[in-house]
Amino acid sequence: MRIVVDLDLCQGNAICTAIAPEIFQLRPDGTLAVLDDSPDETQLASVEDAIFGCPVQAIAMTRD
Amino acid sequence: MTDRGPRHIVIAGASLAGVATANALRRRGYTGALTIVGAEAHLPYQRPPLSKRFLAGEVDRTALGLRLPGSLDAGFRLSTTALRLDIARHRLTVRDAGGGITDLGYDALVIATGAAPRLLPGRMPAGVHALRTVDDCMAIGAAIAGRPRIVVVGAGFIGCEVAATCRRLGLDVSLVDPLPAPMFRVLGERLGTVMAELHADHGVDVRMGRGVLGFDDAGTVTGVRLDDGSRIAGDLVILGLGVVPATGWLTGSGLILDDGVMCDEYGRALHAGGALPDIVAVGDVARWRHPRYGSLRAEHWDHALVQARAAAATLIDPGSAAPVDDIPYFWSDQYDVKLQMVGVARAGDDVRIIDGDPSRHAFVAAYGRDERTTAVLLVNQAHRMAEWRSLLAGGIGWPTTATRPPDTRSTPRSSAR
Repeated sequence: MRIVVDLDLCQGNAICTAIAPEIFQLRPDGTLAVLDDSPDETQLASVEDAIFGCPVQAIAMTRD
Repeated sequence: MTDRGPRHIVIAGASLAGVATANALRRRGYTGALTIVGAEAHLPYQRPPLSKRFLAGEVDRTALGLRLPGSLDAGFRLSTTALRLDIARHRLTVRDAGGGITDLGYDALVIATGAAPRLLPGRMPAGVHALRTVDDCMAIGAAIAGRPRIVVVGAGFIGCEVAATCRRLGLDVSLVDPLPAPMFRVLGERLGTVMAELHADHGVDVRMGRGVLGFDDAGTVTGVRLDDGSRIAGDLVILGLGVVPATGWLTGSGLILDDGVMCDEYGRALHAGGALPDIVAVGDVARWRHPRYGSLRAEHWDHALVQARAAAATLIDPGSAAPVDDIPYFWSDQYDVKLQMVGVARAGDDVRIIDGDPSRHAFVAAYGRDERTTAVLLVNQAHRMAEWRSLLAGGIGWPTTATRPPDTRSTPRSSAR
């Protein structure tokens, strides 16, 4: 599983960073950094919450 | 969840809060039936872009839809309005698109009927629009195609976003509000005035401190009359007067209503006998008891998600439910400015710039009263919001001596694989 963020869609609204701060973080320029794009099982639930909660639906998870 | 848990959960409201609750119920292992009743004809969609990128034509209609997880397995009843609630008999009465009246029995009910835009008293001529739904937005978009002169009445966040979007489209825009500055109730006068200057710099005709007396109506609106005797010519008026929670259908139900459906800190709806274990309210319509703020109703995306997760626990796994004690967070995009506020500022709070320069539209400001910092506003400082939010959660004195939170970003915390 790999997290993919569409940075053209991302508006830096910081919903994902609140739900899963260990995975998502905003850079000083407001763009999103994915700290760990291969979350383990324990992180999956919060990543799925972040995917659902993204107000511009810029986050997806793909199967490698 | 036990075998004695609900087998049919009905959700009144098909926008973010309702759908997020459905999603959270499934994620917690709820396997019973889910029925989602939506007053609009549309499957769930995002509202935030309606005043911004969707209105600007930068997001198309299909991209506006909320992505519904495959696991949601919910039955949608669209174009269907909640009419009445019988809490003793566990029945929700609805009217469908054809006018048919039906009773829906439920084991548990989620109230997520949202809010309706506030209008002006009296008859409104054609060409005066509120903006809440995608249908509202399409009607405004169609009118905008004729390149009208636009008057935005109400300089709250939605009104300001609409004004900014219309200016970006190159339209003539006036922005009117009886308060002294845009977003005055939240930002206060000093920083509201900074925003007034931002809009004026972008060519908006900013008219603060002026109320609307009425409209000039020649079959369609031709102008707006203000209480200082002036008149603004306009062919399209967009109202941004805030919203009122959609609780009219609950009158007489026995639920306690007071600017929203009153709930305890677990989201359970209150009635004279206390909290009901089988009815929760979430989103714009819900006012929860809040450990930090007494009671709180917030029209924020993030707050709806927080409530949805908590309400799902309350309904099917109450033993694991915890009081919701979130620090509210919302954002607004206007021109190239992203405003974010964490906490709850109230009119009359003191305000201090604690970092940066308001005139350059990159700064952090703190609001406080009674020796507590109540809220922090970040303008084009998105990367620092999370830290200020956790500082607020821990409590900050006032006036705050912090100019910036401890910087945890100077060294990477994790190497991206």
